[in-house]
Amino acid sequence: AAARGCGGVWRRAWQRGAGDPAPAPRGQRAVACNARGGAVPAGKSGLAPWVPVVGLEIHAQISSNSKLFSGSQVQFAAAPNSLVSFFDASLPGTLPVLNRRCVEAAVMTGLALNCSINKRSLFDRKHYFYADLPAGYQITQQRVPIAVNGSLSYSICIDNKMSQMVTKTVRIKQIQLEQDSGKSLHDDTRNQTLVDLNRAGVGLMEVVMEPDMCCGEEAAAAVRELQLILQTLGSSQAVMAEGQLRVDANISVHHPGEHYGVRTEVKNINSLRFLAKAVDYEIQRQIEELENGGTILNETRAFDSKLGCTVPMRDKEGKQDYRFMPEPNLPPLILYDAKSLPANMNHQQVVNVDWIHERLPDLPSVKRAKLVEQYGILPEHGFTLLNEDGLTEFFENVVKQTQMKPKKVIGWILNDLLSYLKQHSLTVKESPVSSFLLADLLNLLEKKEISSTAAKQVLAELWKGEGKTPFEIVKEKKLELIQDQKELEQICQEVIDGRENEVIMMVLG
Amino acid sequence: AALKGGLRFQVSAALKEGHVTPTELCQRCLSLIKSTKFLNAYITVAEETALKQAEESEKRYRRGQPLGVLDGIPIAVKDNFNTAGIETTCASNMLKGYISPYNATVVQKLLDQGAVLLGKTNLDEFAMGSGSTDGVFGPVRNPWSYSRQYKEKSVPKSHSEDEESNWVITGGSSGGSAAAVSSFTCFAALGSDTGGSTRNPAAHCGVVGLKPTYGLISRHGLIPLVNSMDVPGILTRCVDDAAVVLGSLAGHDPKDSTTIQDNFKPFELPNLTDVSKLSIGIPKEYHAPGLSSEILALWSKAADLFKNAGAKVVEVSLPHTRYSIVCYHVLCTAEVASNMARFDGLEYGHRSDMNKSTESMYAATRREGFNDVVRGRILSGNYFLLKQNYENYFIKAQKVRRLIANDFVKVFGSGVDILLTPTTVSDAVPYMEFIKEDNRTRSAQDDILTQAANMAGLPAINVPTGLSERGLPVGLQFIGRSFQEKQLLTVAKWFEKQVKFPMIQLEVKRHDHGAFQHQKSAFFS
Repeated sequence: AAARGCGGVWRRAWQRGAGDPAPAPRGQRAVACNARGGAVPAGKSGLAPWVPVVGLEIHAQISSNSKLFSGSQVQFAAAPNSLVSFFDASLPGTLPVLNRRCVEAAVMTGLALNCSINKRSLFDRKHYFYADLPAGYQITQQRVPIAVNGSLSYSICIDNKMSQMVTKTVRIKQIQLEQDSGKSLHDDTRNQTLVDLNRAGVGLMEVVMEPDMCCGEEAAAAVRELQLILQTLGSSQAVMAEGQLRVDANISVHHPGEHYGVRTEVKNINSLRFLAKAVDYEIQRQIEELENGGTILNETRAFDSKLGCTVPMRDKEGKQDYRFMPEPNLPPLILYDAKSLPANMNHQQVVNVDWIHERLPDLPSVKRAKLVEQYGILPEHGFTLLNEDGLTEFFENVVKQTQMKPKKVIGWILNDLLSYLKQHSLTVKESPVSSFLLADLLNLLEKKEISSTAAKQVLAELWKGEGKTPFEIVKEKKLELIQDQKELEQICQEVIDGRENEVIMMVLG
Repeated sequence: AALKGGLRFQVSAALKEGHVTPTELCQRCLSLIKSTKFLNAYITVAEETALKQAEESEKRYRRGQPLGVLDGIPIAVKDNFNTAGIETTCASNMLKGYISPYNATVVQKLLDQGAVLLGKTNLDEFAMGSGSTDGVFGPVRNPWSYSRQYKEKSVPKSHSEDEESNWVITGGSSGGSAAAVSSFTCFAALGSDTGGSTRNPAAHCGVVGLKPTYGLISRHGLIPLVNSMDVPGILTRCVDDAAVVLGSLAGHDPKDSTTIQDNFKPFELPNLTDVSKLSIGIPKEYHAPGLSSEILALWSKAADLFKNAGAKVVEVSLPHTRYSIVCYHVLCTAEVASNMARFDGLEYGHRSDMNKSTESMYAATRREGFNDVVRGRILSGNYFLLKQNYENYFIKAQKVRRLIANDFVKVFGSGVDILLTPTTVSDAVPYMEFIKEDNRTRSAQDDILTQAANMAGLPAINVPTGLSERGLPVGLQFIGRSFQEKQLLTVAKWFEKQVKFPMIQLEVKRHDHGAFQHQKSAFFS
């Protein structure tokens, strides 16, 4: 009973308030919200509508050869504890040395998110005891982060119609550089915890988004856009499944005109789908809790993807005091611009914000606009092309190799290729039909050698991936259109011959 | 190799001319370490590796290619510097048996220049103390307790029991290093100085103790007490030697981001003949409570010495210095709380058998691993860092620190070149006396004259000046401008020459040879 698109569940909640007898069990519903960001319809009480508020904290692992403060390599799925320097293991007497590449990645990201870059930022220690935090503190940027006051625009569609897209903006509070922790692996049967420090000290950018969103779909769309930006910049690979992008969502609900409600934090959400589900579940849970006379606790919750619901996390007893303190072993991080760059400074040792700004690649929004302009496709096509990894390249390769108009090509890409891939849970890279084969096929169609019905038949054959070319399949299955007048007449004559009665009946109607 | 030929280390001439070989020198030191074992100056003696290093050095000398003035020189290192392959304990149960996989930058630099590492010296646990009495390996005894000078001056005691109770502390926390240099078991030693931990024991043991400018020497590999104040300290028997060691250690280290970027050029100390252009500041606030009258007298005598030699001697004011100790207490404990958080028993060091839960293991490990002093500082530090206290304590202390540092800037800005102060309020007290007060009270009293230089990051040096009525060393402190070590040491050298501090007449009873007087050995002059 998933209601995608704006207004869905809130309307239903309101309808339920107006007499719907049987609320659906929790977790089976998804919720969405008012696309215009205004007040949403009332809940069960029918007294006042609820306004959900969603803010996000996103940890993006910086794509770099080495860690934030040490020379250890950064690599996913390496043998446990094989990428650990003395500093990463917090051996006494070791000191942090800031990795320039990580600073540049954060500056790039800050610029792409329209942030002001702080020319002077500071590092702090955040203390807590945990097995995968060897030093007993994390080095982060609590007081003065590297970038502040930015914004991110993203688009969502209304009522699940691609043709009705709305662009929204979420404010970026700050981007801070910080260390990742290691990984604790709990072995419940033997009652022990194993620690892998490969990830300990990997550079993270924590992107803090202001609570400008109001539903799971918005949250997921904003994160997706951020993910695309990071990947375009190369500042993070941002693969959620590999933990390179991790999302914590802060969620509360309140009545219009009132203060924000008590918020809960849903931690460590590792896919966009789960993010949307977790946020919507949590909004619904809070509304129900409040309407049933309950209260919301300021607590940390986890999303159980199997049950589709959020559950309180047990490991945090009460509020932690992180006892923040300036990191004494790192001088302030000073960034320069063209004006402030000292003449005698070694360029290898400084980060020049202007230099980075000039070299920023086209961001997804610009890329989409260019696609729309260049190929005459619709804006929503631009979104879909960019949202699927590799699809833009695939599309452009096909366009290059066919005479078919891009406007027509896009239909085949989105309706046929993409839906097939989705159906079989394949990525664009894994497609059994390459851009060459599809181009060949579309060329046959464009030259009117086959009909579009036949083309679909050929495509169905191509999915099997048997190595045949579209032309071979057409021949084999005799799917070509007959363009020789005489041949056609002959075929018709053969059909008519010996069926005089039927012909007479047809002629007579 | 960066050292110019003119730089000298007193014993290096003997090595160069072949009067003594590095191996002989090393063996002599090792044997002295054995005969002075009761001083408890060393935690670990690395006999085997030291002899190997000496052998290597000897080969270089034979080839006529010594690495520099430090080649073949036996040195000792405080046991809070990491040494690859040699235990690094910080005099704590927490790190007993811990062998670091890497060398501290300063240790590596010494080894790279051919120095022979004899061993690791005793200290207060994690350098928290001012007596070298609070380490898990027991207190360090001041070699001067066993000097003819002390024995003659102190009330004659016939029984050896009384002698046993009469011994005086070294000061701390680098007491092991100071005792090691003072008792001739090595020619130079590394200490660390956070609030006076190099200068204080240097004063009590009658040796030179240099705390360089913060950022001049790498802290990489020094197990921290207070990162923003810690500086590796240098203990030697004369100012010239300190300059040589400084030259071999100073400079940028890519592994320590707080070291200065500029290249450091080792310097030779000139023999100052004219001090008339010097302006010596006498900070009035250093007339600290508890300052003994004989030290006060020595201090004015020293001021007169400069005056009579033509220097300008002016009284100056450092009004915020009196807040230094309380300010230090907050900043030190806060950093201690943070720095000690890593000792959780997981990656290295002591781990308790308690295995009910990770948390209970942490708690038991830290209770068993740290002494009361360390635990007390962790507790107060965490209190100061609590969200509700941070503004009132930590931020305030940082502001006061800035005021203290600004006092120095003003004074130096007014034309004063060097400040002259006492290093300690009295000579070394007997151990039995010392332990009547707790560590915190003692540290507060003893750091009072040395502390502010750490707050301001300034270079400061203890120069042994004279003997007290009890026949114990008393030193004075010179504080210089940031990164003006050359000026500071030049003045210190001039002063050293004027005061002619007497050599220790150490009387060590050896099992085989009876009384052995070190000063007779030519190489140790």
